[in-house]
Amino acid sequence: MTALQIIFLITAVITLGAAAMVVITRNLVHAALWLIMTFFGISVLYVLLNAGFLAVAQVVIYIGAISILMIFAIMLTRRVQQDFGPQTNAAWPWALVIAAALFGGLIWIFSGWGNFFTQAPVMGERADPLRQLGMALVSPEQYVIPFEVASVMLTAALIGAIMVAWERK
Amino acid sequence: MLIEYLPIAILLVISTGLAALIVWIGNTFGPRRPTLRKSLPYESGMNPIGPGTRRMPVRFYLVAVLFILFDIEVVFFLPWAIVFRQLGLFGLIEMFVFIFILLVGYVYAWKKGALEWE
Amino acid sequence: MGDPITAISLWLDGLLAGWGLAPALIIVIKALLGVGALATAVLLVDIFLVWVERKVVARFQDRLGPNRLGPFGLIQPFADVIKLLIKEDITPVGADRIVYNLAPIMALATVLLLWAVIPLAPTVVGTDVNVGVLYIVGVGALGTLGIIMAGWASNNKYALIGAFRTVAQMVSYEVPMVIALLVPVLLARSMGINSIVNAQDSYWFILVAPIAFLLTLITSIAELGRAPFDLVEAESEIVAGFHIEYTGMKFGLFYAGELLHALTLSGIVASLFLGGWRGPGAESFPLLGIVYFFAKAFFLYWVIMWVKYSLPRIRIDQMLNLNWKFLTPLSLVVLVVTALLDKALVGVQPWVYVLVLLAANLVIAWVTLQILRSRARKERQRVAEPRPIARPPAAPVSSQGA
Repeated sequence: MTALQIIFLITAVITLGAAAMVVITRNLVHAALWLIMTFFGISVLYVLLNAGFLAVAQVVIYIGAISILMIFAIMLTRRVQQDFGPQTNAAWPWALVIAAALFGGLIWIFSGWGNFFTQAPVMGERADPLRQLGMALVSPEQYVIPFEVASVMLTAALIGAIMVAWERK
Repeated sequence: MLIEYLPIAILLVISTGLAALIVWIGNTFGPRRPTLRKSLPYESGMNPIGPGTRRMPVRFYLVAVLFILFDIEVVFFLPWAIVFRQLGLFGLIEMFVFIFILLVGYVYAWKKGALEWE
Repeated sequence: MGDPITAISLWLDGLLAGWGLAPALIIVIKALLGVGALATAVLLVDIFLVWVERKVVARFQDRLGPNRLGPFGLIQPFADVIKLLIKEDITPVGADRIVYNLAPIMALATVLLLWAVIPLAPTVVGTDVNVGVLYIVGVGALGTLGIIMAGWASNNKYALIGAFRTVAQMVSYEVPMVIALLVPVLLARSMGINSIVNAQDSYWFILVAPIAFLLTLITSIAELGRAPFDLVEAESEIVAGFHIEYTGMKFGLFYAGELLHALTLSGIVASLFLGGWRGPGAESFPLLGIVYFFAKAFFLYWVIMWVKYSLPRIRIDQMLNLNWKFLTPLSLVVLVVTALLDKALVGVQPWVYVLVLLAANLVIAWVTLQILRSRARKERQRVAEPRPIARPPAAPVSSQGA
């Protein structure tokens, strides 16, 4: 096992554990903080995949913006503190069976996919993934349509947020 | 390259460890004589009324929503800013279309009064 | 002789290779030593900053400041640290213990993390990640988190209000800050701080982007929550803001984090706009680069203090207005104009390039000032109009809505 694999395993365990805590914990703010831990773990995974820009963008957008929005939203709600009800209902064994079946099915599908052990092509010394991303975003034969549609979507989200949260005037 | 992130990881561990160490030292060397009065949350000398965590106004939420949208927009700018010299006129126009569409939302927010704090 | 840092690095290489260690291990050990030295040095500077801050504020207020312990009171900050260490550590009733203790750790650690990407000298470049500018913004976001954790976990209403104000201010000002930071990225065609410093070999970016420099400085002050943006810890309204319940060294960590954050942001602005370590002779004597870097950083730190001790506090509505209606549009205009001119001026002499961009910035500044002036005139007229106060109602109000 290489050092990289050990780091990956530790990060994956922490990320999954934090994700489980998001669901288990009864305190909403704690759930948000565990979610931030999950986001951070995912950003470390991006770094391990050599996707530095995505890693930092993950921190900036998910931790810096979306988590903050969630914490603000939690503070808006009437029951800030905790949830005291039971965390499972009578049908939890069925849910477990279905979830296990889904997980098994996914593993079965992916086991047929033979590309797990093929090495990613090594990028040249001069190739900067960031530059290629910048080129791809605005070049007509690549992602220019999704890129422009993203701006329309952001505008729609802005107008929607104002309609929802700003009912006066 | 991955090796560039090694110092950051080390610094993350060292800085967290140092800060935790400082907190621990303060915890160990300080006296510990708790009284009820001392441990109550400070509320200008009064006994605290009700829980400390209260509901917050919806204004903060709207500020956060505005911020998210502009934040995502700006993150899209960054890879463009690096390569825009090589892009030619088309890339420049594309980005101005992007900015323009977002400006529509910005002007809407301004006219609607969502940028005010009341 | 001229470059002790490279010499030490090479000596370590030889020494460790002589012990028969693997090359990968040597890299890790060197990174460990380098980062450890950096963190120690930065924390020592941080203690010294307490003295600087107290001395400078004293001078601004026509006082002497600490002058008893040691020459010019230089030992005073160490006495302060020892005092904070032996204070009682109080956790308020109802506080969320883990989050409460984690918050000050995050406040200091996130500031220290910023130093990983700041180039101090030509051979002391920290780590040259190609996303440097965005890394700074991301680490700043983590710092925001520490503040909201402190405010929420303290079980105190003032702390919660302070934390919410702080976070609202920090996230708002992040927008114009990142757009202004895009200008040096655009000029250097790279996001790495080291590459941006390297791109300033013939002229500093403050010459071609003075407005972006001012915008970055203003938004940095807002991110710091210093006056005039200190409504986040307004003593007259919410006592101390998010760190109200913290005592002893935990408060000390917030305090140290804030001072160090100010110097760190000054250093980043110095790197992006004032050429970082650049100065006469810095290439051949890298240690001189460290001197230049800290000279520029401390100059900007002094400017931040100057602003802090000269201006009164603004209200939260003024804070948001300034951000959304002034700084954000201005930063967008500066970005678009810089991009267009940079595109139009391909292949001209550097001095033409600098002159045209400088002239464009001056025109933008002049237009902005004209708009502000006419706005201010209207506002003064509106305020000066006689308002009906405490008059008896002339007729029953009928058609007014709620």
